[in-house]
Amino acid sequence: MPDLSVNIAGLNFRNPVTTASGTFGYGDEFRDFIDLGRLGGIFVKAVTGKNRDGNAYPRMAETSTGMLNSVGLQNKGVDHFCREIYPRIKDFNTHIIVNVSGSTVEEYVEVAERINELENIPAIELNISCPNVKLGGMAFGTIPAMATEVTAEVRKVYKKVLMVKLSPNVTSITDLAKAVADGGADVITLINTLLGMAIDIERRRPVLSTITGGLSGPAIKPVALRMVWQVHKAVHIPIIGLGGIMNATDAIEFMLAGASAIQVGTANFIDPTVSVKIVDGIEAYMERHKIKAVTDLIGALRTE
Amino acid sequence: MELKKHVQDLLVIEVTRLNKRHFLLDLRAPEKFPLILPGQFVQVLVQGSASTFLRRPFSIHSVDYSRNTLRLLVQIKGEGTRHLAELKTGDHLNLIYPLGNSFSLPFTKDVLLVGGGCGVAPLLFLAQFLNQNNIRPTILLGFRTKEEVSEIETYSRFGNVHVITDDGTEGEKGLVIDHSMFQRERLDFKKIYCCGPDAMMKAVAKIARMHRIECEVSLENTMACGFGVCLCCITPTDKGNERVCMEGPVFNINRLTW
Repeated sequence: MPDLSVNIAGLNFRNPVTTASGTFGYGDEFRDFIDLGRLGGIFVKAVTGKNRDGNAYPRMAETSTGMLNSVGLQNKGVDHFCREIYPRIKDFNTHIIVNVSGSTVEEYVEVAERINELENIPAIELNISCPNVKLGGMAFGTIPAMATEVTAEVRKVYKKVLMVKLSPNVTSITDLAKAVADGGADVITLINTLLGMAIDIERRRPVLSTITGGLSGPAIKPVALRMVWQVHKAVHIPIIGLGGIMNATDAIEFMLAGASAIQVGTANFIDPTVSVKIVDGIEAYMERHKIKAVTDLIGALRTE
Repeated sequence: MELKKHVQDLLVIEVTRLNKRHFLLDLRAPEKFPLILPGQFVQVLVQGSASTFLRRPFSIHSVDYSRNTLRLLVQIKGEGTRHLAELKTGDHLNLIYPLGNSFSLPFTKDVLLVGGGCGVAPLLFLAQFLNQNNIRPTILLGFRTKEEVSEIETYSRFGNVHVITDDGTEGEKGLVIDHSMFQRERLDFKKIYCCGPDAMMKAVAKIARMHRIECEVSLENTMACGFGVCLCCITPTDKGNERVCMEGPVFNINRLTW
């Protein structure tokens, strides 16, 4: 049996397959479909300081091999998360990682501090890359000095594994990766959605209520893969890669490019069992290539 | 009540063309159906269509537990539904089902079902369900034109059917709210179930409010997942933005901001 386990910043994952924030609810929505205990981890829906209603409908547009969304971080706030949601998910047999979002540095710090107190949450993913909120969000993820600042301020209060999720909507992804590493990030996750838009020509109107939204799905995979590769060469902290992963082949590509683990996102909408199929697919690939440890795949791309 | 959701390949038993724009799809499950309630929907994976990425949601038109089949009424709208229209007996179709909440059982026998266009789809299953509970509803169905009027005999097995067409080529003429049954001073119904285009449901809701009749509508919004995680199909309610795929698709009009 090949060894699928990976250690990321001191945290042991049973395999490198996790699910992306905003595509997997709080995990319990998938219990009819899969055994959550087969996953490396679950990144739950973004949590902010206060309740957010999110953006107006329509929030979604299908595109060629992808989709645009403009949900706008709809969630009931950190109090509600700690009181109502945490008790119901804390004993899942997998790592539960909370995606932390905000509009100000203070809000990120406040939420991170609260999540730090939750015993069964071993890590947070700082979301400085949401393209669908007016204030904060992506702004923190596109200006290196701001990215360093918010990461460093959260680092002061957050004692466990600190992951930072980067936006692809930048000129140089490596500048941002270095900036959050400088701020004290343990892990980089990338990429969040690419800013895009869709138009209804019959009505001559944008499809989304917010005009622009975040593109995800196979359409963005080549961009994501390139960014993982560039960041892998530029910084020395582990990377969790995502962006259009639909199957085990895609997942292995991300690992070869330098990702220590991967997140399955939009694919969960189409096949709620896909994450487990990807675990099986990676194992089959390893057996076929006689690879003993999945860690041997990380950054193992041959370029010479 | 918690109903288990399935992801499953169903066998295409029959594809029946009703008219230019509509067809019926009969599908058989490989194992015994879970409990499926009227108002619930399925998410269909459209395979082999290059431009169709996400699943397509369809109301469940009827369920036959003895044959383990369910029926979908599909309107050809775009690439995905065009592709489904070409399915043949013996093909397989991957479904996630059953999804969403359901119509509630009425505390009265004076029930009216109002459907327009493709919105008639969940009403057949509802009429069937009401029959099993000894209720024979009045069913008002609106179509564009005579050519699209279909399945009237099937509906008639479960209720008293009235037809209205936009152009008056069959039944009365006009939109469903123009039907003579609504022109009376008093309506004898104590519960209305409605499904169709938004404007139609809003108009029916207005009539229901005017006559103080309880009313449930089944909403249709664009959705990515269909099981509550993408948060794309929201509608504003008295509890904030709620998911049409989970808290809906059926809502009591008093909960909506209409």
